[in-house]
Amino acid sequence: MDTVVLLTCTGLGLGALYFLVASGLSLIFGLMDVLNFAHGALLSVGAYATWWAGTEGGMGFWLAVVFGTAVGTVAAVLLELVLIRPLYNRPRDQILATVGVGLAVPALLMGIWGADSRPFPQPAALSGTVGLFGAIVPVNRFVLLAAAALVLVALRLFLSRTRYGLVVRAGVEDRAMVTALGIDVRKAFTLVFAIGGAAAALGGALSGLYFGSVHPGQGTSLLIFAFVVVVMGGMGSVTGAAVASVAVGLVQQFANYYTAAGLGDLSVVVLLAVLLLVRPRGLTGRLA
Amino acid sequence: MTDSSFLTSGQTDPAVGASSATSAAAADRAALLSVRDLRVVIDGLHILHGVDLDVAPSGVTALLGRNGAGKTTTVKAIMGLVPRTGSLRFAGTELVKLPTHLVVRQGIGYAPEDRGIFAGLTVAENLRLAERDGSPAYDLVHELFPELKQRAGQLAGTLSGGQQQMVAIGRTLLNGNRLIIADEPTKGLAPKIVAEVADVLERAAATVPVLLVEQNLALVRRLAGTCAVLADGRTAHRGGTAELLADEEAARRLLGVGRPAPAATSVPGPAPTPTVAVPPPVVPTATVTKEVAP
Amino acid sequence: MSTDTSTTSTGSAADGKSAPGRADRAIPRTGESITERSTLIYRALRWWPIALLILFLVAPYSALPLPGLLDGPLGSPGSLQLIALCLVYGALATGYDLLLGRTGLLSFGHALYFATGLYATDLAMLELQLPFAAAALFGIGCSISLALLLGSVSLRVTGIGFSMVTLAFAQAGSILVQRNPGGVTGGEEGRAAPVEMLPDSLVGIENTANLYWIALGYLVLTLAVVQWTVSSPTGRIWEGIKENERRVEVLGLRPYGFKLVAFVIAGGLAGAGGVVYLLLTGGATPQAATSDATLALLVMVVLGGSGTRWGPLLGGVLYTWAGHRLGDLANSSAIADLPAVLRVPLSQPLFLLGALFVAVVYLLPGGLAKLPARIRAGRSKTDTVGVPGPAHSLEGGTT
Ligand SMILES: Nc1ncnc2c1ncn2[C@@H]1O[C@H](COP(=O)(O)OP(=O)(O)O)[C@@H](O)[C@H]1O
Ligand SMILES: [Mg+2]
Repeated sequence: MDTVVLLTCTGLGLGALYFLVASGLSLIFGLMDVLNFAHGALLSVGAYATWWAGTEGGMGFWLAVVFGTAVGTVAAVLLELVLIRPLYNRPRDQILATVGVGLAVPALLMGIWGADSRPFPQPAALSGTVGLFGAIVPVNRFVLLAAAALVLVALRLFLSRTRYGLVVRAGVEDRAMVTALGIDVRKAFTLVFAIGGAAAALGGALSGLYFGSVHPGQGTSLLIFAFVVVVMGGMGSVTGAAVASVAVGLVQQFANYYTAAGLGDLSVVVLLAVLLLVRPRGLTGRLA
Repeated sequence: MTDSSFLTSGQTDPAVGASSATSAAAADRAALLSVRDLRVVIDGLHILHGVDLDVAPSGVTALLGRNGAGKTTTVKAIMGLVPRTGSLRFAGTELVKLPTHLVVRQGIGYAPEDRGIFAGLTVAENLRLAERDGSPAYDLVHELFPELKQRAGQLAGTLSGGQQQMVAIGRTLLNGNRLIIADEPTKGLAPKIVAEVADVLERAAATVPVLLVEQNLALVRRLAGTCAVLADGRTAHRGGTAELLADEEAARRLLGVGRPAPAATSVPGPAPTPTVAVPPPVVPTATVTKEVAP
Repeated sequence: MSTDTSTTSTGSAADGKSAPGRADRAIPRTGESITERSTLIYRALRWWPIALLILFLVAPYSALPLPGLLDGPLGSPGSLQLIALCLVYGALATGYDLLLGRTGLLSFGHALYFATGLYATDLAMLELQLPFAAAALFGIGCSISLALLLGSVSLRVTGIGFSMVTLAFAQAGSILVQRNPGGVTGGEEGRAAPVEMLPDSLVGIENTANLYWIALGYLVLTLAVVQWTVSSPTGRIWEGIKENERRVEVLGLRPYGFKLVAFVIAGGLAGAGGVVYLLLTGGATPQAATSDATLALLVMVVLGGSGTRWGPLLGGVLYTWAGHRLGDLANSSAIADLPAVLRVPLSQPLFLLGALFVAVVYLLPGGLAKLPARIRAGRSKTDTVGVPGPAHSLEGGTT
C-alpha cells in the first residue's frame, strides 16, 4: 500500500512537471503550428537561472524561482521575436530554427557550468518528507503539484476571461479567420511564447527540486514525454494536457516499478505513436 | 468541379476581349474597390491569371462563375489570405501589400465560403471576437437575427448551417464597415433560410456596398446591379447583371446555366480526366513542370 | 519555401549540364576582365566533383600534410579514419535527404534505421555466429524490413504528425537499446564487433585504407541510388509530393505508396551506413540510436543544402570534420587564452553547430550548396535577365 501511495505521489509530481512543459508547448503548437524543439532548452534555462540565483546570486529559494521563471520568460519572448517571427512564412524553417536553439542552448549551459549535475539548493521546509497513508513522501512532490494546479487555473482563467484568451482559443481553431476579423494575431504569438516560456522555466526551477540537481540536458530529456502529453491531450488544449500529464506520469512510474525498468518510458513513447495513428485529429487543435 | 465546366470552358475565351472592353466604360464611375490584374500562385500552381473587377460604390456587385473558376480565391486574395500580386485599390488605398488584419481594418467585413465561425466558441464569443471599435452595433445584429441573442451562450459548432451563416454575416455588420464581402452565403441552406439571408443582404446593401459571390442566379438577379464573371482564373465578362442574365446564350456560355448545349450532353461517361480538358494556362501535370510567371 | 528551393534546384541542375559550353561562349560576350576571371573560376568550380573524386582516389597513397585540416598526413591511418567517417556521414545525410529534400518528409527517426543496420549486423555476428558478409546482409535486411513496417504505419499521418510518429518510434528504439534487454545490446557501453568474425583485411590499424575504400564505395553507391531514383519517374512524383501533395492526388495518384518507397530506400541506405560505421568504429554504441543522431543528420542536410545533389554530402563532411576538429580546438591553447565570453561558446562544438545551423536556416535558406548560385545572382544583378540557363546560352551562341 505504501509503495502504491509513494508511486502515485511521485507519478503525480512527474505529471505536474510534464504539464508545466506541455501546456506551453500545446498552446504554441495549437496556435502557431510550431513544434517548439527549443522548449526543453527553455526549461533548462529556467533551471539554471534558478540554481544560479539560489547559489551564486545569494537569493532565497522562492525569490530564485521567481528570478528563474522571469529569465525563462524573457528567453522565450526573445526566441519568438528574434527567431520565429522573421520565419513566419517558412513554417518548416521555424521548426528547424527551434531545433538549432535546442542544440545550442544546452551546449552553452554545459560550456558555462560544465556537463555534470549541479546539486540544487533545497530549502529546509521543502526537503523533508511527510507521512501519507503509511508512506513517506518527499514534500517537493506536493510543491510541484500545487504549482501545476496553480498554472492550470491561471491558464484557464486567462483563456476564458480575457480578450487575448479569446483570441488564442479562436486562433487555435482557425488562425487565418482570426486575422480576417482584423486581429493582429502575431501579438498572441508572442504572448503564448511568453506564457509557455514562463511555465517551462517554472518547471525547470521545480525540476531542480524534484531531481535534487540540475544538468544541461534536463529539459531535452523531458521534452519527448511532453510531446506525448501534448498529442494525447489534444494540441492546443490546456485541460487535455493536464489530464494527459497525470496519465503519462502515473503510467510511467508504475510500469517502471512493477515491470522491467525502462518499460514505462518505452510504453509511453509507443503510446504516442499509437495515439497519432489512431487519432490523427489529436493534432488538430481543440481547446477546452 | 463539374465536367461541363471543363468541357466548355475553352469556348469562353473569344468573348473575353469584347466584354471587358464594354465594361471598362462602366468602371469609370469611381469604384469603391477596383481590382486589376490580380494573380495568385499557390505552391507553384497558378490559380488566378489576371482578374479585373470593380465593386460599385453602392448596392450589390456580384462575382459569378462556375465551380472552380476562382471566385473564392479572388475574395481570399483581396483579403490577403493567399499570396497575391496586382492592384487592389480600395477607396484610394492600395491593399495589395497589406497583411490581412490591416485590410480588414480599412473597413472590410468578410463572410467566408465555409462561414469561418469558431465551433468551440459560443455565439456571443464569436461576435465579441469580431468587435473592432468601441461601439459594436449589437442592436442592428440582434434586430436582424433575434436568434443570435437567444442563443448567445450556445457553442457555435452546435448551430444549424443557417444559424452559423447568421453569425458569419452578423460579424460583418457589427463594425462600421465600408464594404462587405460574402462568399456564397446561401450555399447549402434551406430555401426558407435562403430568403431570410437574402433579405438581410438586401437591407445591408442599402447602407453598405456588398461584393457577393453567389450561385443562386435568382438571388443575383434580385440583388446585384453589376457583376463580373470569372472563368479559369480570369475575368471573362463584366457588366450589368440584368443584361447578362437576359442573354440566355451568354449566361449559358459563362455560367453554364439554362438548357445545356448539345455538345455538353453528348459526352459519354461520367468523368473524363480533368487534365485532358483543362485549357493551356493552368496545366497541372504529373511531371511537375515549372511554370514561370509571364 | 518549397517552390523557392525546387525552382532553384532545377536551375542549378540545368546549370551543371550546360556548364562547359555555356561558360566558353559567355566569355566573348562579356568583355570585362573581372567577369572573365570570375567566369573562369566558375568553370573551374563546376568541375569540383571530379577534382574531389581524384583527391579521394589518391588520398590513401598520399603523404601530403594538411596542417589545420588534419592531424597527420593525408594517407595516415588517423586521417583516413576521419575522412572515412566524414564520407559515411556525407552519405548518410545524402540518403536522409531523399526524405527531407526530395520528398518533403521531415522524419525525426532516421537514426533508427542506421542503428538497426549497426546493431543487427553486430549482433548477428555475436549472437548468431554469422560470418560478416551474411551478417551485413542480415543487418541491411533488418533495416529495410523495419523501414517498411514502420514507414507503412508512420506515413498514415501527414505533416508534423508524421514527424512525431517517427520521433516516437525512434525514441522507443533508443530506449530499447539503452535498457539492454536480455543483455543483448550491451546498454550504455554497447557491443564491440567480434574481431574474429571479421575478414582480416578489415581489422587493424594497418588496414584503415581498406575501410576507407569501403566508406568511399558506400558513398558512391548512395549518390548513385539517390541520383538514379530522383531522376526516375518515381523521383518526379516525389518532387510533386514535396511541392504540393494535393496536386499529385488530383492526378489520381496515391502519394502514400511513393512516399513509402522513398522511406524504405532511405532506410536501407541508412542500414548499409550502419554496417560501414560498424567496421569503421569497431562496435555499436547507443548514441547511434538517439534522436540527437537524427538531429545531426538534419543539421548536416540543412547546412549543406537540402534537395541538392552535393549539398547533403558537403554538409555531412563539414559537420563531421568540424565536430572532430572543434573538439580539438576546444582543448587548444589558442582557445584557453581567450576571455571567458569567447572561450566558453567556442569550446562547445554543439553550440557552434547549433548556432551555425540557425544561421544557415536564416541567412542561407538553400544551404552552402546554394552559395555559389547566390553569389552569382548577386553579381549578375546588373544583367537584364536574372535567370541562368538556356536564355544565356542561346544569346551566347549567336556571337
Ligand atoms: N490551396 C489551393 N491549392 C491548390 N489549388 C487550389 C487551392 N485553392 C484553390 N485551388 C484551385 O483553384 C481553383 C479555383 O478555386 P476557387 O477559387 O475555390 O473556385 P470557386 O470559388 O470559383 O469555386 C480550383 O480549381 C481549385 O481546385
Ligand atoms: Mg468558392
